[in-house]
Amino acid sequence: MTNFIDNVLGTPARDTREGKKGNLLFGVTVFLLSESMVFVSFFLTYIILRLSTKQWLPSGVLGPQLSITIIINTIVLLSSSLVIYLAERAIKKYKLVRFRLLWLTTSVMGTYFLVGTFKEWQGLDFGLSTGLVGATFYLFTGFHALHIIVGIFLQMLMLVRSFVRGNYNRGHYGVISVSLFWHFVDGIWIILFSLLYLWQAKH
Amino acid sequence: MTHSSATNLKESQIKQQAWKRYFTFNTDHKVIGIQYLVTTFIFFLIAGILSMILRGELITPPSDLVDRSLYNGLFTLHGTVMIFLWIIPSLVGLANYLIPLMIGAKDMAFPKLNAIAFWLIPIGGILLLSSFLLPSGSAQAGWWSYPPVSIQNPTGYPINGQTIWLLSIIVLGISSIMGGVNFLTTILRMRAPGMHFFRMPIFVWTVLSAQLLQLFCLPALTGAAIMLLFDLSFGTNFFNPTSGGDPVLYQHLFWFYSHPAVYVMVLPAFGVFSEVIPAFTRNPLFGYKSVAVASFGISLVSIFVWVHHMFASGTPSWMRILFMFSTMLVAIPTGVKVFAWTATVWRSKLHLDTPMLFALGGVVMFIIGGITGVMLGAVAFDLHVNNTYFVVGHFHYVVYNTITMALFAAIYFWFPKMTGRMYHEGWGKIHFWLTFIGANLTFFPMLPVGLQGMVRRISSYDPQYAGWNILASLGAFLLGMATLPFMANLVVSCLIGIQAPNNPWYATGLEWATTSPPPTENFETIPTVTLAPYSYGLPQYSTVDTTDEEAIKRHGN
Repeated sequence: MTNFIDNVLGTPARDTREGKKGNLLFGVTVFLLSESMVFVSFFLTYIILRLSTKQWLPSGVLGPQLSITIIINTIVLLSSSLVIYLAERAIKKYKLVRFRLLWLTTSVMGTYFLVGTFKEWQGLDFGLSTGLVGATFYLFTGFHALHIIVGIFLQMLMLVRSFVRGNYNRGHYGVISVSLFWHFVDGIWIILFSLLYLWQAKH
Repeated sequence: MTHSSATNLKESQIKQQAWKRYFTFNTDHKVIGIQYLVTTFIFFLIAGILSMILRGELITPPSDLVDRSLYNGLFTLHGTVMIFLWIIPSLVGLANYLIPLMIGAKDMAFPKLNAIAFWLIPIGGILLLSSFLLPSGSAQAGWWSYPPVSIQNPTGYPINGQTIWLLSIIVLGISSIMGGVNFLTTILRMRAPGMHFFRMPIFVWTVLSAQLLQLFCLPALTGAAIMLLFDLSFGTNFFNPTSGGDPVLYQHLFWFYSHPAVYVMVLPAFGVFSEVIPAFTRNPLFGYKSVAVASFGISLVSIFVWVHHMFASGTPSWMRILFMFSTMLVAIPTGVKVFAWTATVWRSKLHLDTPMLFALGGVVMFIIGGITGVMLGAVAFDLHVNNTYFVVGHFHYVVYNTITMALFAAIYFWFPKMTGRMYHEGWGKIHFWLTFIGANLTFFPMLPVGLQGMVRRISSYDPQYAGWNILASLGAFLLGMATLPFMANLVVSCLIGIQAPNNPWYATGLEWATTSPPPTENFETIPTVTLAPYSYGLPQYSTVDTTDEEAIKRHGN
């Protein structure tokens, strides 16, 4: 964090390789802060609609229920944040093999989560246009899943780049950026999970 | 000898290829800036033609020129194109050209991202305008696209004008976010040594404040647009009141961005005034620090005022009062700026060249736009004139008379830097006077006719309003014509204008320290900044230069 503040307010190393990569990290952070506002608009929509509308659940529809699959899914996704952190530490020490293993594990965990989400979608007794529950549930989980897909794609990109000789010798800012993105997507999931599954108000 | 002829050969080759650069995927911020300006100007002309059809319809009380659904389509796309494809991106283009030069950087932080952000503009624009060709016609719900009107699809086509509208808004939004990330990184991290915050030109401050607003507020509109798209195309019910959705929620999300968007547009215009006015009065900008901080003040307060667009949307009274006060609060930092410009002009030696005329004209018209804005901020008055032409008059005074005039000022002011040639002063002045008279003739009648109760978004009206409407329509055609000398002047000057010196205005900004036009790397060596901005009065910025007779003649010293 101190490094980050230094990069912003100190005299930036402008034309050096380090300076440019610092720019990249800064840009990614700014982008994620901005992106989080899309999710904030979704969260607020969810809260406002759920508090104000009388037509949240059509009769006979249960709505999303907390099941053991979802809990396992969530645990897998959240612990992948730890795995990606370990991968990041490995690349800092230039331990490429360990990095690739941990990095790949993160992607596999992300994919597991995705598959779990789609399986859950299949088993639900409501569709996209079923009241407001369908609209909010599918759009918000879908938008989150889209972010996971982007994250996995970026992870694959970084994995391929690690095989190019000399790519990660002096810097790993791409890896840090992707990892930041992954932490962001995980953080969003915690809020979504709380809103969609834990908040079971009476209807 | 050999060396110099080799250089000449190389230069002529570069010149021959130069025009081609503007049609390619180029990553030079200067090329991208000009690409933005030219592309958005084409959209400005298109939106202007749409508006003249609208005014042509309104010249007589009955609806006789276009049918009502086409009229709805015309005003929807006029507003959308003017805001999302002219004002916002043209200021981004200007900033793209100027920011790296002003802060002493070689380029933007992410040149490729910059180019992608630009190319999304014509893509989004052509997508949007192509909707006129659809069998169901273009979007008709206005540039604000309020549900439930915007989620109706009476013609039953799977893709209608509204779908296209939403898709292009999302595309243009992505472009803006890319731009915002790029500007923020460039301004915060790429400044030349010595260029600390209180040495940045005001234009840089205003772009920074405006782009912070883009990054913070625009995603809310993107979220709303995604949900509206799902409502329209996939049968969800976020904003559909018949199935429990909340249309007012859309208004909140929409105005949470679209009000600050006004400041995204007007702040860089203020920046332009703050550059042009000191240069043509030979005075330092009065109260530089307060003007700089006022930019942040405006963008901060503007986040908390969006509900003033919804005073008539069933908003509870306590909320109306709260947002009435926050709206009026904006007048304070804005007033700081107006007073600073006035004080800069006070007791100065005025040089009334075209950029200065446009800047002064813009400030004068902004005072009318600002005062009517404070009037509209008062709940009681707003409810009275809600949905009338008074509102239309107010925002055109801000958006056209202030921001577009500022853009003209900027184009004339930096034209020598961009092209290396001077524009024709006489034609510039003709352009100014035609614009100034035309704009007032168009938009002033809207204020009284609105007070009398003429509502907007209609193609036919009561004959008692005919007088003011004829005036406004004639003004609109004059305003349309005013653009012709501008285009002719720019094209001809670009080709055969006299060579511009590096610093034709003896201005203080870093952009004037390099050649006109600047080399690809902007500066031969990165400059070190030691002076406060606007230090007019120092000998090196004096217009009295006995060695340059041309300048003496031009400035009448």
